[in-house]
Amino acid sequence: MEAWIGAILSGILLGLVYGLAAMGLNLIWGVINVINLSHGAFIALGMFSAYFLFHFAGLNPFIAVALVLIIGLIIGMGAYFVALHRVLDAPELSTLLSTYSLSLIIIGLGTFIFTTNPRAIDIGLGSIGVAGIYIPISKILTGLFSVLFTVILYLFLYKTWTGKAIRAVSMNKSAAEFMGVNSIFILSLSFGIGIALAMIAGCLIAAIFPFTILSGSVYELKSFVICVLGGLGSPLGALIGGLILGLLENVFALKIPVGYIPFIEFMILVIILLVKPTGLITKR
Amino acid sequence: MKRGFIVWSVLCCFFLSFGFAKGAFAKSKIIIGFTVSQTGKLNAESKEQFNGMELWKDYVNKHGGIYVKNLHKRLPVEFRYYDDESSKDRVQQLYVRLINQDGADFLISPYSSGLTASSAIIAEQYGKVMLATGAASDGIFSKGYTHIFQIYTPASRYLTGALDLLKARDPKAKKVAIIFEQSNFAKAVASAAKNYAEKKGFKVVIFESYGKGTTDFTSFLNKIAEKKPDAIIGGGHFADGETFAKQIFEQRLKVKLVSLLVAPAVPKFAEIGNAALYVTAPSQWEPRAKFTKSTAKRLGLPWFGVSANWFIKKYSKLYGETPGYHAAGGFAAGLVLQKAIEDAGCLKSSKVIRALENMDLMTFYGRIKFDKGDYYGRQVGHEMVYLQWQKKDSKLEKEVIWPRGAESAKLIYPYYKKF
Repeated sequence: MEAWIGAILSGILLGLVYGLAAMGLNLIWGVINVINLSHGAFIALGMFSAYFLFHFAGLNPFIAVALVLIIGLIIGMGAYFVALHRVLDAPELSTLLSTYSLSLIIIGLGTFIFTTNPRAIDIGLGSIGVAGIYIPISKILTGLFSVLFTVILYLFLYKTWTGKAIRAVSMNKSAAEFMGVNSIFILSLSFGIGIALAMIAGCLIAAIFPFTILSGSVYELKSFVICVLGGLGSPLGALIGGLILGLLENVFALKIPVGYIPFIEFMILVIILLVKPTGLITKR
Repeated sequence: MKRGFIVWSVLCCFFLSFGFAKGAFAKSKIIIGFTVSQTGKLNAESKEQFNGMELWKDYVNKHGGIYVKNLHKRLPVEFRYYDDESSKDRVQQLYVRLINQDGADFLISPYSSGLTASSAIIAEQYGKVMLATGAASDGIFSKGYTHIFQIYTPASRYLTGALDLLKARDPKAKKVAIIFEQSNFAKAVASAAKNYAEKKGFKVVIFESYGKGTTDFTSFLNKIAEKKPDAIIGGGHFADGETFAKQIFEQRLKVKLVSLLVAPAVPKFAEIGNAALYVTAPSQWEPRAKFTKSTAKRLGLPWFGVSANWFIKKYSKLYGETPGYHAAGGFAAGLVLQKAIEDAGCLKSSKVIRALENMDLMTFYGRIKFDKGDYYGRQVGHEMVYLQWQKKDSKLEKEVIWPRGAESAKLIYPYYKKF
């Protein structure tokens, strides 16, 4: 019984991190209609931001996350004008290639500068134990931060003028422009927020797992499954998709070989695409 | 006129070939080629192995080089190496380059069984003798290669001692979980350990592998918590092994013995602090393991090379840390090649191979003898030791705890005693 409770708790905490990692991809996909193939590279960049802020500025990743958010927003908005703005109205393949190129540049430069040696941030917070189940405190904090950012994103998108403008542009760009919305700014802001979320996820993941510059690709793949599972444009959808994946990886693995899990995850991806391509949450 | 042209042509050919032959005879150094994982996930182990090789090169060159009898002189050793980025694809390109462009006379393998398996194909194809160090897989030696010679104790004998150790310490222990990396080396070790465990009456409750580069072991840890094994054995290489040990500690799993491949044997493993405490590991060599001239004499074997004390002292002085078995393996590879060249008396591959075939000697690293049967070139002389991380004066230190007679300390059991 202890093992099952432990697996469920681990699954929820891991799922929340997966959800946060997918949220950035989800937002960009939903609002700008761009499949961001540089998502994993930005997650890795978030990991390295946390690493350097920890080692050179002594900032704990849970504090550094605020700084990473700002860095991510600036880099993301800059990257929008460099890589996306000119090809946004071109066929979809152009945006795919453009973001893929961005990913290659980041990974290539990252490999050259940081090498692919594994790195880790050891903040030594210890574990909390209840009834024989021990969970690292850093994992609990990561889960809590994921929920916090989901709530913030939700409030931003649904309760602020800028958030409503983002949603308006995602629904009908021309109509939003007629209503006085600066669509170029809104699109770049959306991309910036998406990248910031990816980097925040990287920053938090770095607090619990070791990483290399190539580590982002694992979370990018999972993010695709989560986006399809949860539906596009909804932070809640991403979080629920993440939770399903986290629980699947932890609870199912108690009874079946762990090696089968990726197969099941991608089978779910195919089934959802065939049966309910809009995802489990959105009604669109 | 025509006759004069022919005479001149013959003379030119004669002098040209004489010149080339003279160039060949005037060999001034022995070039040894290899790749190092300066980047990538194998970086920690590979760097240590390279340090050991560098120390051997300095040692041999300080003595004037390797004596080559048919040249009546000592030839200094020169290394040619590249960064393989811990990638199999890079290894093959680079070994071809080492042979064709850099003119390597002999080769030493990269670190890890996977990379060595890739480089062995090239060495065999080009007929170059390659000393395989840092590679324990038996599979490399089942392919009929005739130029590859192994320095490490093979994978089939890697973790079996951990099971003997468990049986001897706690005869009631029955359940074992084997969790290993999806790599040639770890698969070979785990399969051999599974067969051995079942033969010894253990029940293998988990036998599963994880992908290369895995950083989250939670799924496995949950499974371990459910199946409640007495011992966890497995692992793969440094990065994953260290993370696995750390997460076992964080989740406070109540297991009696944790024995992991590679990572705990690397001095850097101590960086995870208390998570390293009481973790055991098989090791090819340990500074506290004593292989001396008197051991050689007792076994009736010739002794070759430096003493363990010399190696530890020089290495520590040069690199500022105590050497692990990867460093010792690197140095030993150089020693074995040196001895084989000296015994062969020339640099010809076929003669060096004969010398390696007939080799049976003792070094600071242990006994060296190669299989001449179906697994040609596999190591049959060398034996493993088992270490455990223990605390001495509140400092983490490696102690040899197995086999009996070679212990520097007693096994602290169970592992969960530290919680």
